[in-house]
Amino acid sequence: MAEIDYIAQAKESAIAALVGLALTVPIVGLRTDSSGPDGMTIDVRMLDAVLLAIGIGVGHFMVNLARGLLQQRRRAAKPAIARAANLKSVAYFLGAGALVFGLVLPGLPFADRYVMDVGTLVLTYVMLGWGLNIVVGLAGLLDLGYVAFYAVGAYSYALIASHFGWSFWVCLPLAGAFAAFFGIILGFPVLRLRGDYLAIVTLGFGEIIRVILLNWYDFTGGPDGMSRIPRPDFFGLPFARSSPDGATFHEFFGLEFSSMHRIIFLYYLIFALALLTNVFTLRIRRLPVGRAWEALREDEIACRSLGVNPTNTKLTAFAIGAMFGGFAGAFFATRQGFISPESFTFIESAVILAIVVLGGMGSQIGVVLAAILLIGGTEIFRDLAEYRMLAFGAAMVAIMVWKPRGLLSNREPTVRLGPKPGAGS
Amino acid sequence: MTAPLLAVDRLTMRFGGLVAIDAVSFHAENQKITSIIGPNGAGKTTVFNCLTGFYKPTSGRLLLTTPKGEFHLERMEDFRINQRAGVARTFQNIRLFPAMSVLENLMVAQHNKLMRASVWSLAGLLGLGAYRRAERDAVELGRYWLERIDLIDRADKPAGDLPYGDQRRLEIARAMCSEPRLLCLDEPAAGLNPRETLLLNDLLRFIRDEHNAGVLLIEHDMSMVMEISDHIVVLDYGRKIAEGDPEAVRNNPAVIRAYLGEDEEESA
Amino acid sequence: MEYFLQQLINGVTLGSIYGLIAIGYTMVYGIIGMINFAHGDIFMIGAFSGLIVIVGLGALGLGSAGGLIVVAIIGAMIVAAAYGWALERIAYRPLRGSFRLAALISAIGMSILLQNYVQLAQGARVKPLQPMIEGGFVLMQKGDFTVNLSYLQIIIVGTTIALMTGFSLLIAKTSIGRSQRACEQDMKMAALLGLDVNRTISLTFMMGAALAAVAGMMFLIYYGVIDFFIGFLVGIKAFTAAVLGGIGSLPGAMLGGLLIGLIETFWSGYFTVEYKDVAAFAILVLVLIFRPTGLLGRPEVEKV
Repeated sequence: MAEIDYIAQAKESAIAALVGLALTVPIVGLRTDSSGPDGMTIDVRMLDAVLLAIGIGVGHFMVNLARGLLQQRRRAAKPAIARAANLKSVAYFLGAGALVFGLVLPGLPFADRYVMDVGTLVLTYVMLGWGLNIVVGLAGLLDLGYVAFYAVGAYSYALIASHFGWSFWVCLPLAGAFAAFFGIILGFPVLRLRGDYLAIVTLGFGEIIRVILLNWYDFTGGPDGMSRIPRPDFFGLPFARSSPDGATFHEFFGLEFSSMHRIIFLYYLIFALALLTNVFTLRIRRLPVGRAWEALREDEIACRSLGVNPTNTKLTAFAIGAMFGGFAGAFFATRQGFISPESFTFIESAVILAIVVLGGMGSQIGVVLAAILLIGGTEIFRDLAEYRMLAFGAAMVAIMVWKPRGLLSNREPTVRLGPKPGAGS
Repeated sequence: MTAPLLAVDRLTMRFGGLVAIDAVSFHAENQKITSIIGPNGAGKTTVFNCLTGFYKPTSGRLLLTTPKGEFHLERMEDFRINQRAGVARTFQNIRLFPAMSVLENLMVAQHNKLMRASVWSLAGLLGLGAYRRAERDAVELGRYWLERIDLIDRADKPAGDLPYGDQRRLEIARAMCSEPRLLCLDEPAAGLNPRETLLLNDLLRFIRDEHNAGVLLIEHDMSMVMEISDHIVVLDYGRKIAEGDPEAVRNNPAVIRAYLGEDEEESA
Repeated sequence: MEYFLQQLINGVTLGSIYGLIAIGYTMVYGIIGMINFAHGDIFMIGAFSGLIVIVGLGALGLGSAGGLIVVAIIGAMIVAAAYGWALERIAYRPLRGSFRLAALISAIGMSILLQNYVQLAQGARVKPLQPMIEGGFVLMQKGDFTVNLSYLQIIIVGTTIALMTGFSLLIAKTSIGRSQRACEQDMKMAALLGLDVNRTISLTFMMGAALAAVAGMMFLIYYGVIDFFIGFLVGIKAFTAAVLGGIGSLPGAMLGGLLIGLIETFWSGYFTVEYKDVAAFAILVLVLIFRPTGLLGRPEVEKV
């Protein structure tokens, strides 16, 4: 067993700190300031730069130390196969636990308005992650413009609901259908492109949608966005103190009026939508089309030699992924009551993609884990607003370097000849 | 006389100025093993790529005649050649779906059949009985081939984890699961040890005799080609220089000159 | 006609800036086959470094405008190259040979990290800079409308041409260039032949970063205002330029940059300013559909 050479590591970390210093001195140490009376000045903050560089060195040392210790332990630990089986059951229990926890969360004593809002937000991203997982995780199509479908869903919901006054339950499928339609329109010409090209084209498409939303003033309200989007009702019962046309939710059920009703309802709504996405994905994965998605991800040429129509197969993945994005968008619109192009920037696509990849491509429970970590995590650090996105970016890099295949990357076959291994134990 | 399973008529393929195949014609019969041999760069794989739609030939005709009808392969899109005409192939560098299980590989090969059974996923999503039956049949077909290639114990393991020789045979089984009328094998014995080559010979004979399909084979291993071929086509620099049964090809002076080298010893 | 000429001049200027950034994308893509997603942010850091040098030395009362710009360009190149090196070391090297998407995600993470890092270190507000080089030639005059070719535009296009020429020579003639081309062809073989692959890749990132820094400096003195977010859109357009020209090809990157610059200026000049980004992306989509290898890219034969 190799001992850890602390001296050599300390030296390495010292070098890292020096390099860090070279990086931080110009950017952190010399702050340009345009607030003064006589144009731009330089505000010298060398202490910050030095502290940051020391931080880099210490961080470097800790990471290396942790890695060394981990390696030592791993050598002594169980063989990989046993670990994999273990991981499978861990994922299973994690999934079951998350489901139960999600169901009872609103009833827990600490579930105040803030907790419910964070929960709803996390679930929205879980749903988006699951939707994108179909495209990226299963079909292997790198989509950097997923937010476009989210936007299409949100705006079509807002437009239909405001103009026609139809209920949420009518508008929701319509929003999904519109998003799927957009997915097909976009997908048709570009799905034959190879991975990275597809990524950049979808990114471009996302930006195009945003620019159009921003500039088509008559239709979308431009940068001001759309407000007073109808809120959802409980199968015809509005969540209001009183309603001119009939009973409201609290009257019907004989409850005290509370603004929490709507919030809890929204929570369960997204919970159900997300669950629907999950069940749908788990089912379709076992169907021929789902297997063809994964096969296309693995080897497109082999697929073609076996008679799989690559364009149609990719298109279904794209359209279905877009549809779930559209559902999530409709939910977003009705929850917020207000939407503007600002909610649909590239960073959203990047966040959703990060959730999918960090979770472990194709892993459903991995998406949940990553969404809780990234969205919930940054939400908790809301007070450190300025450092939030910094930490977010750093976390993305760190997790990828640590686990390139994602947090949970076990793949379960969609069909088996034999019994499940370890099913009894 | 009935039409041959595959009639290749003056097939020509040019890449820019390079003529990879020059007016090659030959036939492949049902329930026969037809081998295409020739030195490296003779244009063998290019013939395959034209047959399976990965290249569009510059000129020439590729006519496949099956009970389902006549198919002009040169006019069809690659995936339709398998889907409609029933031509399946394997690749020189094995192309399995490595992360998917062995059985799943065989299921993907039955994609079109299962898609129809699942009514483009609708019946499948609802879990209707008709689809369930079709899926069970597909698994059974997979089991049949896995037993045949002796991989039944590894059915649920990722295909990428199999040893090389097993991957080769799995790729053939996968092609067979698409229930083809013509099976094209691109150097299936490459990298196999003698024992594995024998297993492969048995498998090919089995396919020929029991499965009402023609086999088209590209191979470098001469002893194998001579042993199992019913008919051999010899290419050199994109031209056909000889054809006939193994005995005739073995004794053909042009073949000996071009292929086996100037000294007239047979190389294995 | 006059209007057209003016748009042409503006478009070529903008295109030079895109072209310089596009080279970084194309080189990195050529050598490791990945989109360096954080390259736009390296460009942004280059622009900030230049600004810091100019303001810093200006406050000390050193140097003339010309000298100041030269020093600022060199400073920006050094700082950006250092960041380019660190970027590769942190976000790419540990993931080399691993799963493709992983590297893309870590690069996107790096991009977010760098943006927020600069925002924290330098403030979120836009940074204005007084025009440093004014004046120019009046090429044509018709009524109220004059066609101007400013000294600044000449400097930008001239510098770009000089850098491009030097850079092409560097790739074609020196051992660094040879190692790069060898790695592009076959990284494993190059390593077996005793080439220091790590060093070559690091150098590639640093060179790309240095060129992006020059572009950043040009952007700074041309537009006179920068913020921490400029890297995103400019970066995407430069990548579009690289793809348009044919990824992996240096002349392609330059040509693509010019085209994107021209498309953007003409679109804003003749149609609508609001949709200029849409135009660039629409062109990208069309090119990829009808000529996936880009204008000057080598066709990639699918090996079966």
